[in-house]
Amino acid sequence: MKISSEIITKHGLKQDEYKKIISLIGKEPNFLELGIFSAMWNEHCSYKSSKKHLKKLPTKNKNVIQGPGENAGVVDIGDGDAIVFKIESHNHPSFIEPYQGAATGVGGILRDIFTMGARPIATLNSIHFGDTNHPKTKILLNGVVSGIGGYGNCIGIPTVGGEVKFDSSYNENILVNAMAVGLVKKNKIFYSKAEGINQPVIYVGSKTGRDGIHGASMASAEFDNNLEEKKPTVQVGDPFTEKLLLEACLELMKDDSIISIQDMGAAGLTSSSVEMASKGNLGIEIDLNKIPCREKKMTPYEMMLSESQERMLIILNSNKIDNAKKIFKKWGLDFSVIGKTTNTKNLVLNFKNQEVANLPLSSLSSDAPLYARKWKKFVTPKIKKQNIDFKKYKILESLKTILMSPNNSEKSWVWEQYDQTVMGDTIQKSGGDSAVVRVHGKNKGVAITVDSSTAYCLANPIAGGKQVVCESWRNLIAVGSNPIAITNCLNFGNPEKDEIMGQFVECIDGISQACTYLDYPVVSGNVSFYNETQNRAISPTPTIGGVGLINNLNNMMTRNIKEVGSYIIVVGKTSGHLFQSEFYKEVVGIKDGPPPDVNLFNEKNNGLLVQKLISKKILNAVHDVSSGGILVALSEMCISGKIGAKIKIPENNIDLHEYLFGEDQSRYLIEVNEKNKDDVSSILEKNRIYYEIIAKTQKANLYLDKKFNISLTELSKINSMWFKNYFNES
Amino acid sequence: MKSSVIVFPGSNCDRDVVVALKKFKIENQMVWHDNSTLPKSDLVILPGGFSYGDYLRAGCIASKSPIIEDIIKHAKKGGLILGICNGFQILIETGLLPGVLLRNKKLRFLSKNVYLKVTNLENKFCINYKNNNIIKLPIAHNEGNYFANDKILKNLEDNNLIAFKYCSNKGDINTENNPNGSSNNIAGILNDTKNILGMMPHPERLIDPILSGTDGSFMFEGLLKSY
Repeated sequence: MKISSEIITKHGLKQDEYKKIISLIGKEPNFLELGIFSAMWNEHCSYKSSKKHLKKLPTKNKNVIQGPGENAGVVDIGDGDAIVFKIESHNHPSFIEPYQGAATGVGGILRDIFTMGARPIATLNSIHFGDTNHPKTKILLNGVVSGIGGYGNCIGIPTVGGEVKFDSSYNENILVNAMAVGLVKKNKIFYSKAEGINQPVIYVGSKTGRDGIHGASMASAEFDNNLEEKKPTVQVGDPFTEKLLLEACLELMKDDSIISIQDMGAAGLTSSSVEMASKGNLGIEIDLNKIPCREKKMTPYEMMLSESQERMLIILNSNKIDNAKKIFKKWGLDFSVIGKTTNTKNLVLNFKNQEVANLPLSSLSSDAPLYARKWKKFVTPKIKKQNIDFKKYKILESLKTILMSPNNSEKSWVWEQYDQTVMGDTIQKSGGDSAVVRVHGKNKGVAITVDSSTAYCLANPIAGGKQVVCESWRNLIAVGSNPIAITNCLNFGNPEKDEIMGQFVECIDGISQACTYLDYPVVSGNVSFYNETQNRAISPTPTIGGVGLINNLNNMMTRNIKEVGSYIIVVGKTSGHLFQSEFYKEVVGIKDGPPPDVNLFNEKNNGLLVQKLISKKILNAVHDVSSGGILVALSEMCISGKIGAKIKIPENNIDLHEYLFGEDQSRYLIEVNEKNKDDVSSILEKNRIYYEIIAKTQKANLYLDKKFNISLTELSKINSMWFKNYFNES
Repeated sequence: MKSSVIVFPGSNCDRDVVVALKKFKIENQMVWHDNSTLPKSDLVILPGGFSYGDYLRAGCIASKSPIIEDIIKHAKKGGLILGICNGFQILIETGLLPGVLLRNKKLRFLSKNVYLKVTNLENKFCINYKNNNIIKLPIAHNEGNYFANDKILKNLEDNNLIAFKYCSNKGDINTENNPNGSSNNIAGILNDTKNILGMMPHPERLIDPILSGTDGSFMFEGLLKSY
């Protein structure tokens, strides 16, 4: 077939990229070879727009065993144990087909974890939808949540946390970011780098079908009007097979049979074979007649580009084939020797005794295009000082409005569709500051949180990028853990546009500053560009998945108030920043203005001090102050503890609304009982940490003198009604 | 006491049950579904999960596994069998327990802690709940809506074969505290000879104070005591 310029465009390649292909391989590619280039050179697989900037992120600290570049990142948690984790986007497919898109997002990220030899112990997710009144939102929300649950529940890995957000910028581009965490012995980690010549290349798992063809290219383009036509690019998940694959792989990993292993994710067989061979600086030869196919008469093109799920590629020690075969047979999975490693440094594909493709691996990986795209610096718009008549907004009514808004309401409608307690080690589930999962058989735990801050990042990408990392760090501190590292999922619009590229570059700048200062490096992640439809991009949304370690679970902290008659102290200074706050957005209706700034020095100081107080066991409860400010944070502590509080505002010059709803950063609320009050105060003072006592706990009611008195039953009802109303449930 | 936990392709609570059995020093072996002989056991446990991916119907394909024939023999000899969640679904599909488990009333997966009233304290699984018959256990299922015809329900009620009913934290049994729409709030039932218990809640998940409760422990301790 002659390659026309139309075919090139259909493969998502630019004409000058096609010219580059010819110069790299010294010939016109055939149709199959073009397909392979399309799969490897798209944004999703090649990181061609982002690589230059991702290099700025810190990726190391004393705990990091493996940083970016592998299937997932790995950190040391002591006692010979390590934690493997990563977050990944499945945005485009989930918008086209929400159930399967979300389900395979979970399946894909789980494979990244057990490919490295780890048993997955938890998944989390960050999902963003459009305006709640948008006609697609309800269907998408329902489909995505049941897809996440459908996959995770069946495979039997607990879904322990996450976030659900709504914003009109996601109307035509929802976000589904899935994170998975696994536990592995430090000396039993598996990598994807091929080693040795003439070693057998093994295909295991499900058969290859005609689903998901060109999935990665689809996810590297904007949406247009022909969404329905894109359905065949979405993969179909089978969690049952993945469960079998998980058990079979872990069984095979008990000895040294495996030289290297990689899951067939985006761009399927193409990217897994290319990546493994090129990491090992080897060649690879595959006989496509050996590929287990679901349908008859599949072409080499379809086999190489299919994104059928639940498949793995393994390079095996040649003398271990029989044993490996037996294991996969027991689990009822396909096992096929499809090729071998070579010294040619080429990818060679044979079909029906003919060579059908022959490409230098470097042309697909190291020589793939890299772009230094133009980007525009974000200019902070001038904002007039708002003259708001705060008296118009009654405190209690404002609180109620915030607590019953979709973004701030309690989300058990969502969590209850996820099995959160299977595997028997979930110590803190969704709803706290971080999830906590016990290290199986030990008295230590891993704290995990997923966070994003759309409004802040849109209003100022650098400040927003900084803030979201700090928020993640703070959430881990609040449960008594020591934050270790993060994984990030960077969701943006079309990088070929200066402003979008600017948002990307500056968010990374902010993330990098905070990660460096807090010694909280990035060990894995992914970039999702082209979240854009008909020229309308999503707001910049870096999602941060953070992991921390609790060395002794007896020191774990929760946020629910524990006793009547204790004190609530706000740690950190309140100055009353209202721009981009929930109060402005939900109550007053002001959407512009700068986000709160983060002072990294204070962030670290306050956090480490709270950590110290927790380890001394003199606190009853801790909760970070984030969206909604002090009053929302306090309400959440009261609701979860079923204990009320009498608020007494310290004397200051700040308006009451600013004080209660301001979203200044680096703050925590802590509950301290009478007995420990003096101890806590003196430690805070000795360390020069700003603090104020703002309430005393009491039975059943939340009370502010001369302003309001509301029962917790009512407050809790208000906080939990939104989802039920939205889905017409009692 | 010797137990056998049967592992089907897709079982995913097998490890959790084994952790519980170990904790209470019940000697256990894992038995792969493909075995046609059941090792000598006092107690057989069919764990939760999604055997065969719940394809066709939850528990249906697993009920045709080679091991099932021996499990039925074990049951007829009066041996103890505990089916939890998917295990309960499998017991129903084998015909060892009556009725069916439909999809939850709201047609959604449901994972949460629920309160249960232990309504039969005279069987080997529940004897230890005598001092505390309102308990809290987690459920996590899609098809837990117990349904049976009036005759079966009458037989269950009249012969005191219902082991657990969903209730409020004070023990009120009503529609409001029925999470999945089960007939008569049924969460677990016994066979006529009370040596087989099928239940949707997961006792193995609440055996440790750090996991927010220990109401599951009483079942395993009770089994050991009654042995």
